[in-house]
Amino acid sequence: MSAIGAKQPELPSSSTRGPVAEVLVSLSLSGSFLTGLVIVAFWVFCALFGEHFTPYDPLADDIINSLMPPSAEHWFGTDQLGRDVFSRVIVGSRDILTVAPLATLLATVAGTTLGLFTGYFRGLVDDIISRVLEAFMAIPVVIVALLAIVALGTSKSTVIIVIGLSFSPIIARTVRSAVLSERELDYVAAAQLRRESALHTMFVEILPNVVPPILVETTVRLGYAIFAVATLSFMGFGIQPPSPDWGLSISSNYGMIAGGFWWTVLFDALAIASLVVGVNLVADGVQGALND
Amino acid sequence: MTLFLLSIMVFLGGQVLPGNVGRAILGPLADIRAVDALNHSLGLDRPLLVQYWDWISSFVRGDMGTSYIFRAPVAPFVIDALGNSMKLALVAFVMVVPLGILGGIIAALNVNRPIDRIISLGGLSATVLPEFVTGIIFILIFGVWLHWLPIAATWPKNAGFFTQIYYLILPALPLFLVLFGYIARMARSGMIEALDSDYTRTAVLKGLPWRVVIWRHVLRNALLPTITVIATQTGYLIGGLVVVETLFRYQGIGSLIFTAARGKDFPILEAGILTIGIVYSVATLVADVLYSVLNPRIRLGAEQ
Repeated sequence: MSAIGAKQPELPSSSTRGPVAEVLVSLSLSGSFLTGLVIVAFWVFCALFGEHFTPYDPLADDIINSLMPPSAEHWFGTDQLGRDVFSRVIVGSRDILTVAPLATLLATVAGTTLGLFTGYFRGLVDDIISRVLEAFMAIPVVIVALLAIVALGTSKSTVIIVIGLSFSPIIARTVRSAVLSERELDYVAAAQLRRESALHTMFVEILPNVVPPILVETTVRLGYAIFAVATLSFMGFGIQPPSPDWGLSISSNYGMIAGGFWWTVLFDALAIASLVVGVNLVADGVQGALND
Repeated sequence: MTLFLLSIMVFLGGQVLPGNVGRAILGPLADIRAVDALNHSLGLDRPLLVQYWDWISSFVRGDMGTSYIFRAPVAPFVIDALGNSMKLALVAFVMVVPLGILGGIIAALNVNRPIDRIISLGGLSATVLPEFVTGIIFILIFGVWLHWLPIAATWPKNAGFFTQIYYLILPALPLFLVLFGYIARMARSGMIEALDSDYTRTAVLKGLPWRVVIWRHVLRNALLPTITVIATQTGYLIGGLVVVETLFRYQGIGSLIFTAARGKDFPILEAGILTIGIVYSVATLVADVLYSVLNPRIRLGAEQ
């Protein structure tokens, strides 16, 4: 899509292009968005194909060579079981890049549905649901997660459900405020006069018009979801061994850093940092492009 | 409302745990009669509503129950841990509030110049990084490589005030980073708005010195929203404490909850989380009061 912008950069108006192309052009011109995209694409690539080009098996123990500092053979050194840290960092992107997007998807679907209902019906339903959601939002995600995971047990799907549900009130609030202004417009009145069902009006008429704020909120939430998944894995409540997940690796190795084995945690920490910053740069770019 | 919801969630979380508490304490090999007897003596075989009422009413009276694991009243644990956490939070706040506001002010006075870009972008990236990631990097730099600061927040017994602070600097840094971005951003946008306003223009055109304009006209208005943000961040801070206290092995309320969650020690877990809820509500209330004290528009509006 960026080719359109490259060929006709002198066209300023939307007369010849649709709104979608317009947004894509403005995204392709944003440096921070492209930087973020490259970082995220790199990790997605590692998650999908990483196992085919890692020098070692990320799960293979090699006790004789445990805790070796970085060298030509092991670029990032080896951990306490002699596993190659470089291979583990590459493949470690997989679980977090599965769990965080699924959690975000769940949050978006649940939040959008709640937001459409509360914004469209208003009244008592809206009041009650909104109050409950507000109260819910005041509770830190880590606390909700601790409670839920203790009650439900640790698994990837628990993490997805916990993060998805904790984030849905925030998306619901965004969608609700967008729906509140949409429902006063003529096309909604027209749909109501045509005696369309409430469900039809909400999901077919209004939903397409509130996509931009949903998209912005979703990309922002994805950044927070990665934050939360990494944190929960670090706490031992998320992704479980023997996955080479970054947060998990840090949690099993940080007890040894006083001994100077910095390579067992530093690269995982930098990997998380780069992914989080990458996603946030993308989110920032999407926000800028859609709000113009 | 939040407190009520939280108490119900906490209580339900305690009830739907898989496997029963007696079984969890006595282990899988224990006799079923022993498990039943323990559950009975802990009062866990009564109807849910009775248990909830019993729990919440004694909590209000200050009786937080008895820890399943330590076999001792919960309250001293929670109060000690809360005190420790407050020390840590205080160190973080004392560092971040002045610096965050200062950062925001500097950024606002230099809008779109390089220094503004550095503060805004740096603040934003710092805010989105998980605390344990920045914590690990700080431990490596200041603790392992430079040997400037201790890497575990466990000071020797009877350590003096300054020694304690010395041990708390490193744990406070990750919290500092996350909060700095938020506070600086709010202070920046508040400043920019105030600088753009008519009253600032009037003050400048009156011929008031620049310093007086900034101090008396701009800052007072610019910092109001920042105060609200600082208060709402206590909610975040509590989540952050769980992580940071675990990472630095600090005996605060966060690590208390964490340990209780791992050991399925529900009285401690429930009391800890409810206490956090109360702290959060109090912080929000204080912020509301402070906001109306500092903002004459709300104060005078209420009097009329």
